[in-house]
Amino acid sequence: MNTHAAPGVSALTHLQGLESESIHIMREVIAECEKPVMLYSMGKDSAVMLHLARKAFFPGTPPFPLLHVDTTWKFRDMYAMRDQVAKNSGMQLIVHRNPDAVARAINPFDHGALHTDLWKTEGLKQALTQFGFDAAFGGARRDEEKSRAKERVFSFRSASHRWDPKNQRPELWNLYNPRKLKGESIRVFPLSNWTELDIWQYIHLENIPIVPLYFAAPRPTVQRDGLLLMVDDERFRLRPGEVPVQRSIRFRTLGCYPLTGAVESSAMAVPHIIQEMLLTTTSERQGRAIDHDQAASMEQKKQAGYF
Amino acid sequence: MTGAPTHSSYGAHALAAQDIEAYLLRHQHKSLLRFITCGSVDDGKSTLIGRLLYDSKMIFEDQLATLTADSKRIGTQGQEIDFALLVDGLAAEREQGITIDVAYRFFATEKRKFIVADTPGHEQYTRNMVTGASTADLAIILVDARKGILTQTRRHSYLAHLLGIKKLVLAINKMDLAGYSEARFSAIVAEYRSFADSIGIRDFLAVPISSLAGDNIVTSSENTPWYLGPPLLSHLENVEIDSSALQLRPFRMPVQWVNRPDLDFRGFAGLISEGLVRPGDAVRVLPSGRTSTVARIVTADTDLRSAAAGQSVTITLTDELDCSRGDVLAAAEHPPEVADQFEAVLVWMADEPLLPGRPYWLKLATQWVTATIHNPKYQINVNTMEHLAARTLSLNAIGIANLSTDKPLIFEPYEKSRELGGFILIDKISNATVAAGMLHFALRRSSNIHWQPLDIDRNAHARLKHQHPRLLWFTGLSGSGKSSIANLVQKKLYALGKHSFLLDGDNVRHGLNKDLGFTDADRVENIRRIGEVAKLMTDAGLIVLAAFISPFRAERRMVREMSLPGEFVEIYVETPLEIAEQRDVKGLYKKARAGELKHFTGIDSPYETPEHPEIRVNTVETTAEQAADEIVAYIMR
Repeated sequence: MNTHAAPGVSALTHLQGLESESIHIMREVIAECEKPVMLYSMGKDSAVMLHLARKAFFPGTPPFPLLHVDTTWKFRDMYAMRDQVAKNSGMQLIVHRNPDAVARAINPFDHGALHTDLWKTEGLKQALTQFGFDAAFGGARRDEEKSRAKERVFSFRSASHRWDPKNQRPELWNLYNPRKLKGESIRVFPLSNWTELDIWQYIHLENIPIVPLYFAAPRPTVQRDGLLLMVDDERFRLRPGEVPVQRSIRFRTLGCYPLTGAVESSAMAVPHIIQEMLLTTTSERQGRAIDHDQAASMEQKKQAGYF
Repeated sequence: MTGAPTHSSYGAHALAAQDIEAYLLRHQHKSLLRFITCGSVDDGKSTLIGRLLYDSKMIFEDQLATLTADSKRIGTQGQEIDFALLVDGLAAEREQGITIDVAYRFFATEKRKFIVADTPGHEQYTRNMVTGASTADLAIILVDARKGILTQTRRHSYLAHLLGIKKLVLAINKMDLAGYSEARFSAIVAEYRSFADSIGIRDFLAVPISSLAGDNIVTSSENTPWYLGPPLLSHLENVEIDSSALQLRPFRMPVQWVNRPDLDFRGFAGLISEGLVRPGDAVRVLPSGRTSTVARIVTADTDLRSAAAGQSVTITLTDELDCSRGDVLAAAEHPPEVADQFEAVLVWMADEPLLPGRPYWLKLATQWVTATIHNPKYQINVNTMEHLAARTLSLNAIGIANLSTDKPLIFEPYEKSRELGGFILIDKISNATVAAGMLHFALRRSSNIHWQPLDIDRNAHARLKHQHPRLLWFTGLSGSGKSSIANLVQKKLYALGKHSFLLDGDNVRHGLNKDLGFTDADRVENIRRIGEVAKLMTDAGLIVLAAFISPFRAERRMVREMSLPGEFVEIYVETPLEIAEQRDVKGLYKKARAGELKHFTGIDSPYETPEHPEIRVNTVETTAEQAADEIVAYIMR
């Protein structure tokens, strides 16, 4: 964030402070880890994280590749965004698809929780092991979910990628301890202290490009199990009696399209998204089927290696 | 539930509804306050945080539904909403009903964004509170109005003060259960004030609240008309933030990373820890001490005209200087100190206790060094503030100790700078973060290191070798056994892993001093040169053994005075002339007696016996082996 006037007169704004902290975290990783990678999921948090990385290493290109752990079930707009971003950033893009999940044609219609487990959790572990990455940036924020609130900025994973919530290193001041044994890795969360509102404000202020699905548009939808789902391609299995209906919708978070609920909206610009968010009454992750599986589900997934 | 949430102070949402652009403009200029809440399980800490989140509309309907369901299932408030359940995160903790780690919460009002570090009050979790307090600008100390000041209240206040938190709020909670009694409130405040004074807390704000009922949280409560101060939230919104004061200090930026995308660009990336910097400013690179001028402050948007404490920037200099990660860019005329021995306070955070003498990694800002902690001077009982004798520090112990580092650290006392005074210790085997530390002061300054670029001082060399430099000066008659004993001593030192070097007639007379004879003047010059060489070697950290007749007291004193106090060890190898002459290993006495050698000590040149040698070896009564052991024992003690 630019401060052309002398800032000596007042404290930094909260967004300047958050930006600065995130850049500091990224630079610590580059200085102290051997082979970092940035997880890129095409969502708004990924967009902000990548934007911050480009600032952190300007005028150079961020000195690490982007990794997309693909499930083959993302929205088409997300794939288009991914390829565009890779082209513009000048960074290497690695796309990993779990060969086991490919072979077994794992999909969200037939396989439920297994879909997330195989494509995302296992796929991520495979990619990190295969390429030997010792640090992976993720866009998770502490305000997303209760168990995230206690997550460190530098989160240690055993050689088998497990997270032990009782055995994390204390993090004091802005001193991070990245020392690890061979095979161990770190997940690093530079956006830990950002909230959903901060992310949107920053996207607005910095004009960061985001997937068009965040903006309202008429899209084919069906109502199912309390979620408003978008029929993004011909693989969507309509149940008997279901007929896609055009609704003006947008998404607050993006994931696999058959698992991601939309909200009806007319917000076509970032300020209006923020306006809707401030006046809304449901939390961001509510649109995600994954959290409703069982109590404390996110925590269990994290212990198993989910990001 | 009493005290329904009021949104009156959060006009935010009304504005957002009417004019979102105006709302955004206003919210771009919010500042950030980080605070920590301290209290025990029963003080209502989680309830307070839950209340702040709820009142600032950070809780959504779906979360509220979960909360309501959870409250009925495992809550402690009967059918009422149990706010504490909002903030107790991990599954195991939910079962036990306690928070066991630091959790960070976020909420915002019109004026500020807040990051709350929620830390537990249990005794065994000092480390969590210290962690949470390390980044906080303000601490809320919760007290149960019915119980008053408890041991843990003192402990939390002490820890907050120790971590340098200058803004304290004493939140006297559960006033509803204490009949909103002014007398009760005043008594608690008076007791706290006397404690606060005793540990050096200068100021605090006391607020009577009920986090359950909502009194004096967002709006002033009608139940406490006698309380004239601000409600808790408006204090949090208006209290001055320390970071503005940081900008007034001299500029410092620990270098994190050197940005060299191509041959034409070389930028130093870092987070400015103190002060302000502008292009054209004179800066000094520490520890080298070289100076240059700021050329540009580069960002992805445009170059900045200035940057201040708290900003992450990339700075280019007008000169090509050696500067890398771990160095500090500082205001040229006001550089921070550089030293390698300190007094510090340590908070031990690992199950494995401190091992004095063991090398640990120490990370301070972007510097990594190896540090050795000396025996603690004392441990602090965090409940009573008493000083206790301690040989080690175990989990959650706080103690004062000296420490030495293998390389000089660029630092400031913690009370001046969290960034350049706070450090962590890391176990070299397990890689665990075992302690947090705060530097008090340097025990000894590395001499003028700012002004002598690249000067690795003698202490640094010696520490690398894990030894104290010495000059063992063997003096005695020819044939007394100086070289034999010195040789043995050197072998024994080698076996102990000590680096030494032996200077004797054989390796000096043939090279360095081959132009010198045996006149008195030449003997003096001989010893002077040897003394200078020995000094260079001790500067390099070596234990130097010098075996020379060195007959004159004055020359021996000269060498002694060239050395640092305690470094010169005079060893008088005492052998009566007759015995030395009997041994006559090299046949020199014979030649001297025959007049073939002039100026031979003991024959036609005097030997001045040492008056106060550190060690006296009588080679008639002791063997060379025994003498060598005695000498090694002397210097190793």
